[in-house]
Amino acid sequence: MSQPLPAVDYLKLPEGGEPYLEGHKCQACGASFLGERSVCSKCGARDQIQAVRLPNSGSLYSYCIVHRSFPGIEVPYVSAIVDLDDGTAIKGNLINIEPEPSKIEFGMPVEVVYGDALGRKDRDGNSYTAYFFQPKSG
Amino acid sequence: MTDAYVVGVDMIKFGRFPEKTVPQIGAESALLALDDCGLGIQDMEALYCGNLMQASAMVGQRILQEIGQTGIPVVNVSNACATGATAFREAWASVKAGLYDIVLAVGVEQMGKGLLGGGGPAKGIPKEGLFGSGTMPAVFAEAGMEHARKYGTTFEQFAKVSVKNHHHSTMNPKAMYQIETPLDTVMNAEMISYPNTKLMCSVNVDGSAAAVIATEKKARELGLMGRAVKVRASVLTSDRWQERDLVMPDVNTCTREASAKAYEMAGVGPEDIDLVELHDCFATAEILHYENLGLCGDGEAGRMIDDGEVALGGRTPVNVSGGLLSKGHPLGATGIANIYEVSTHLRGEAGERQVQGARIGMTHVIGLGSACGIHILEKAA
Repeated sequence: MSQPLPAVDYLKLPEGGEPYLEGHKCQACGASFLGERSVCSKCGARDQIQAVRLPNSGSLYSYCIVHRSFPGIEVPYVSAIVDLDDGTAIKGNLINIEPEPSKIEFGMPVEVVYGDALGRKDRDGNSYTAYFFQPKSG
Repeated sequence: MTDAYVVGVDMIKFGRFPEKTVPQIGAESALLALDDCGLGIQDMEALYCGNLMQASAMVGQRILQEIGQTGIPVVNVSNACATGATAFREAWASVKAGLYDIVLAVGVEQMGKGLLGGGGPAKGIPKEGLFGSGTMPAVFAEAGMEHARKYGTTFEQFAKVSVKNHHHSTMNPKAMYQIETPLDTVMNAEMISYPNTKLMCSVNVDGSAAAVIATEKKARELGLMGRAVKVRASVLTSDRWQERDLVMPDVNTCTREASAKAYEMAGVGPEDIDLVELHDCFATAEILHYENLGLCGDGEAGRMIDDGEVALGGRTPVNVSGGLLSKGHPLGATGIANIYEVSTHLRGEAGERQVQGARIGMTHVIGLGSACGIHILEKAA
């Protein structure tokens, strides 16, 4: 059985280490990106982008509750926009929370957790690791 | 530079026409717009054609194959939901620049049913439902919830947009639907992506709209100034960098920048605008744009819908056509269909839904990715 692959290229799975999210920061203006790039789309600086390890905590910026999606996708679920503690914005599923507006608060602290990509496999049978958000415990 | 005028404009009744081709649907409105000013395709010096789903298929030329191959230059335009507005703007620019005296702009789309956005993966596994949702109802729900976060906007206020626009469409025979949808019907409809229910999502329809644009000199020569509509401003913007725009398309900034430029170009302010056709692709989006277009102050959009200021008879009626929510949203046609709507009011020809005394109107579209197109139109003096 081969090791799971990262479901997106900004999710890193170091051998023998903990999974983490990788951001790319512009050293000239501080803009933060997900995924590798060489030019900053905020200030246009070239070759100033540095890979950084993103924090596993942040807060809920906005969300919606998806009740209808494409066939085969389990609903309802919470689609969330999260501001990580370093200011990087990232989108994902908010899990371990009731998908009810009254249960979800703007600004609530969340943490990034890692796990199997909902059982999804590619054509070659590879399994994948994904990231999720959940309400911060404690 | 010369002023440019809309001298002929029309749209087909939006609907579902699976038996027709895209060029056939486009040809219908092209002929209607030509009829509106009593001209023929032989009088046109260029064609600007907006279509999204067949962007590589030479739709403009194929429209001419339906209605007359006169050998004129054809430009095919694709710019997401701003496609029609961009085609109109390119046509306007060619006239303003003195390249041509009179040109035709057509926007056309044939849509499937169902959800847009959140497509399949190029490699690996599907991401929809794994990293949130990329479907359009979800993306615009998240944009609406950002407004709720800032100002406490409620599900009910978002729903009222849909009640209003569906009501307006009962007076528009060219809208896809003419059905009243009371508040409880809207709020209890199938939830697609909270807070957008099915009745708060625009309708996928087929449709086309077209406009003939001419210089003032040409319009006078042809005796067409009586019903002409002056293009006071035409603005197109793209999405300036924003801190969350990689994960949360920002429909606000490009609209704010476009409306500020449009008011400046036209030399008018929001208080001068008698009616607005704006991009209500989802009910949540319309609320954002009241503020983005300066129709009210920041944080006042909820009050504006509560107080009926944006309904027909209110201070600034918005989407009296029924909007994308009920008239329908054939992507490439939408940006010209809203020019038809505003022009019809400025001409005093809108019948039951006429905004009384309308002199200046605004159209707005936004295509995710992003492109924002705004036009300010005025009845010719």
